[in-house]
Amino acid sequence: MIFFEADTPAWMIAPVILPLIAGLLCFLFNRKTFIIALAATLLNFVVVCFLIYQLLVFGSMRCYIGGWRPPLGITLRTDGPALLMLLMTAVTGLAVTLYARGYFSHRISNPLRAGRHQRQQRYFWPLWLLLLTGLNGLFLSNDIFNLYVTLELIGISAASLAALSGKPASQRASFRYLLISLLGSLTYLLGVVFLYRTCGVLDLDMLQNLAGNGAGISTALALLTAGLLLKTALVPLHFWLPPAHANALAPVSVILSALVVKGSFYLLFRFWFEIFAPIVTLPALNFMGILGAVAVFWGAVQAMRQHRLKLMVAYSTVSQLGYLFIAFPLSRAVEGVQVWSIVIFLALTHAFAKSAMFMAAGSVYLHLGHDRIKDLEGVRSSLPITVFAYGIAGVSLMGLPPSGAFIAKWMLLNSALTSSQWWWVLVIISGSLLAMIYVFRVMSRFFVIPKEYTLKKGEALSPLLEWPALILAVISLSLGLLAPWILHVLSQGNTGIFPGGLP
Amino acid sequence: MNSGQLLLISILLSSFIPGIVIFCLPEEQHRLRTILNLCGSIVKISLVLLMNAGIYYGHIFEIRIPLIPGVELLLNGDPLSALFATLSSVLWLLTTIYAIGYLEGSPNRSHFFGYFSLCVTVTIGIALAGNLVTFLLFYEMLTLTTYPLVIHRGTEKSLRAGRNYLIYALGGGAVFLIAVVWLQSVVGPVDFSEAGFSPSYLASHSQVLSIIFVLLIIGVGVKAALVPLHGWLPQAMVAPAPVSALLHAVAVVKAGAFGIIRIVLDVYGAHNLLLLGVLPLLGGIATITIIYGSVRALQQDDLKRRLAFSTISQVSYIALGMSMVDQPLAVIGALVHLVHQGLMKITLFFCAGNLAETLGIHRISEMNGVARRMPFTMAAFSIGALGMIGIPPTVGFVSKWYLGLGGLAGGNWWLLLILVLSSLLNAWYFLPVLIRAWFAKQQGPWPEEMYIGRFETRLMLLVPPLITAFIVLAAGLVANAQISPLAWVRFIVRGYTL
Repeated sequence: MIFFEADTPAWMIAPVILPLIAGLLCFLFNRKTFIIALAATLLNFVVVCFLIYQLLVFGSMRCYIGGWRPPLGITLRTDGPALLMLLMTAVTGLAVTLYARGYFSHRISNPLRAGRHQRQQRYFWPLWLLLLTGLNGLFLSNDIFNLYVTLELIGISAASLAALSGKPASQRASFRYLLISLLGSLTYLLGVVFLYRTCGVLDLDMLQNLAGNGAGISTALALLTAGLLLKTALVPLHFWLPPAHANALAPVSVILSALVVKGSFYLLFRFWFEIFAPIVTLPALNFMGILGAVAVFWGAVQAMRQHRLKLMVAYSTVSQLGYLFIAFPLSRAVEGVQVWSIVIFLALTHAFAKSAMFMAAGSVYLHLGHDRIKDLEGVRSSLPITVFAYGIAGVSLMGLPPSGAFIAKWMLLNSALTSSQWWWVLVIISGSLLAMIYVFRVMSRFFVIPKEYTLKKGEALSPLLEWPALILAVISLSLGLLAPWILHVLSQGNTGIFPGGLP
Repeated sequence: MNSGQLLLISILLSSFIPGIVIFCLPEEQHRLRTILNLCGSIVKISLVLLMNAGIYYGHIFEIRIPLIPGVELLLNGDPLSALFATLSSVLWLLTTIYAIGYLEGSPNRSHFFGYFSLCVTVTIGIALAGNLVTFLLFYEMLTLTTYPLVIHRGTEKSLRAGRNYLIYALGGGAVFLIAVVWLQSVVGPVDFSEAGFSPSYLASHSQVLSIIFVLLIIGVGVKAALVPLHGWLPQAMVAPAPVSALLHAVAVVKAGAFGIIRIVLDVYGAHNLLLLGVLPLLGGIATITIIYGSVRALQQDDLKRRLAFSTISQVSYIALGMSMVDQPLAVIGALVHLVHQGLMKITLFFCAGNLAETLGIHRISEMNGVARRMPFTMAAFSIGALGMIGIPPTVGFVSKWYLGLGGLAGGNWWLLLILVLSSLLNAWYFLPVLIRAWFAKQQGPWPEEMYIGRFETRLMLLVPPLITAFIVLAAGLVANAQISPLAWVRFIVRGYTL
């Protein structure tokens, strides 16, 4: 039984197959959907941990589906960045599954519109598992057309999830989201067609070898980039994100904000810094960096102006995504900048912290029945854990030590200062300060003691609604302490990540 | 892990664990909460004293946790950190006792004591930090753990003060971060134990290094309330009295002053700073702060605000002493003032809190004859105030004596002038308060008399200021003894080649 050997590459099919099967099971059986989903996400987590172990022991691997080697067959591969993204998805996914259970139970326990909430729950589980399939597939695929398939899977299931809430605002937002997502995928597909015309292959390794010769490749890369930027919501293509994320059900907001945007960004980043790195020019990198800087400011200023908590958190995503792009121009500032580490630290911190924040916002919404920022008084006494989770997540987003974002910002500042590029220092620091303002604007409302204060306990929320948020927030804050381990995983099996050898 | 590392970890955990447990306790369990708090702080004091003994006999206490290349967390127990850690842990115990008495029956006490414990953990972390990255980590954490304490009352006024505090403190933290990264990109990582980076960098980078020094001082100067970065401090007076006591005497302002000491002595080192020639800048700002704080204190009628401006003025003695880092006597004066100012100021704040809690007195104009109603509180207050003026045999005199000697030894006669002027101003804003309290006649009833019992006020509110006032006198009387703060400071300064 070759499948059960520890060094079998075929294990990497599991993160794709498992959620897919579980999702189909959820469609078939209407009951026990939570158990199926929990089992799938748990198993997914275990398998990802095993894959990391495999990576650390045996190095990067490729799996040829059905034994067909490229250019004919589809290839999956594992390497440091891919597995860290898988781990991020697995951990967040597990927490979201638990949180969603608490969320739907709470809503169904309310006799008003219980039927509708039951229906929402029924559709939520299979869609979420399909989305997980798509994400895992995206991080593992080594084939540019296969990546298109995963992008479509992600886009369609994400748009359906966003539509679940059923309110008119969310219907409008999710429809727009669907159209944008399709537009992005189509642009991407066009890029794939160009590439295939020029190079005649779809496998990423082969493309990497061919990149640099062939006039069509720049055009193709431009198309791929445009499609992926649309999905990543970089300013000025961000307009669809805040309404779609803020009007969705709370667990869905978590998934969309923490995971879905990271998928397309990860792909974009791999194209720019690995596959097509030779043809990327400095002006192009600078252009991306400037867009990123605009995003940091625009998102933060909008976040400060919002009156609703969930919208504020959504705009904060726009701002934080900008940081990912600031790493682009600084990658060439000095020799040996570890641009992969910067991006991975930022992405992981944001994923965990933003999930925690959206979970906290969702719990506050369930508790109060609204999320108007000016009326959040007294929440600290009734939901202490949630408020704590919100605070810790906010601190991580601001990039204070020892969060992962701090490590990333340290590296960014270091390369900006070493190459005397003052403007980037200002962008990075003022982004953090703006984040402080919008995070604490809400935090201070939590601390107001309402006029008719009594010691009576409000209706307690289920622990499933409070603890996953706190745990994710604590993880995001302590990522900096895990930095040596993360760098170790990142350096495995990909010589392109640390060109000068291990740091 | 060796025993020294274990000791460092336990020192941090002895307040961290009680803090976390207290967060999870229900509001009503005040007995368990009190036990946890007191046990935690007593354990901490014993551990810190144990560490001090170890340091004295040359043990090494060090924990290194590498994060990324060039960035590592480093906890290191050296004589200077022992000074700050001892001060914080002793005053934490007294403040905890005081806070338990002060907050009886008010809402959200679990949160208060939880953050209180976290805050002292972070302060000890600042004391033990062995490089700038670790210092930065705890410095930012200090802002975050004290913020909930500042806005504890939850009123609009306290929210406003909290917002200002955050903007100042985190803004300062951001400047500090830039400076730390920049410094590291020029001279590489600097451990405090090296007492300054190699002078070889000065030739090529002197301008950049001067700018970085200014940025670093701005970063810590926000917390140390150097003019013009002091704006948050008087506003933060809306916090409950134990918090003000903590902010002024132990945690925040002191962390800033401690940062100045670390930067001058251990990051740049005396020799580099003398060559760079940036010290007069620090001395100038300190002088301005001393005079400005005193003048503003004169104008305040609100007792707590007067004390706040007095803090601004007094803490700058430390910066002033550090600006004459080539004079060992001045450095001794600055370091010992770190402890002495803490003892005196915490006494004054405890007493001000007692007046407000017992009789509802917030203004100096309401204090006529209050010493007859609360003789013990006012006796402690008087000792603290006389110490601030610098009257022997209080500890305040010892600080000023050494600062003055250091100034004369370096030929800085202007320093003596500043000391005299500042002492006169101190006397001008403290003596009228004392005269009012002791000799004036009471006019009408007290604003709001809340406590009538066997003692003049609740025992838990009365004992801590009496203890600190006693130390203010005792440490001044036996300043030459082996166990006085002054002796330890001399031990610290012997470790440097100034």
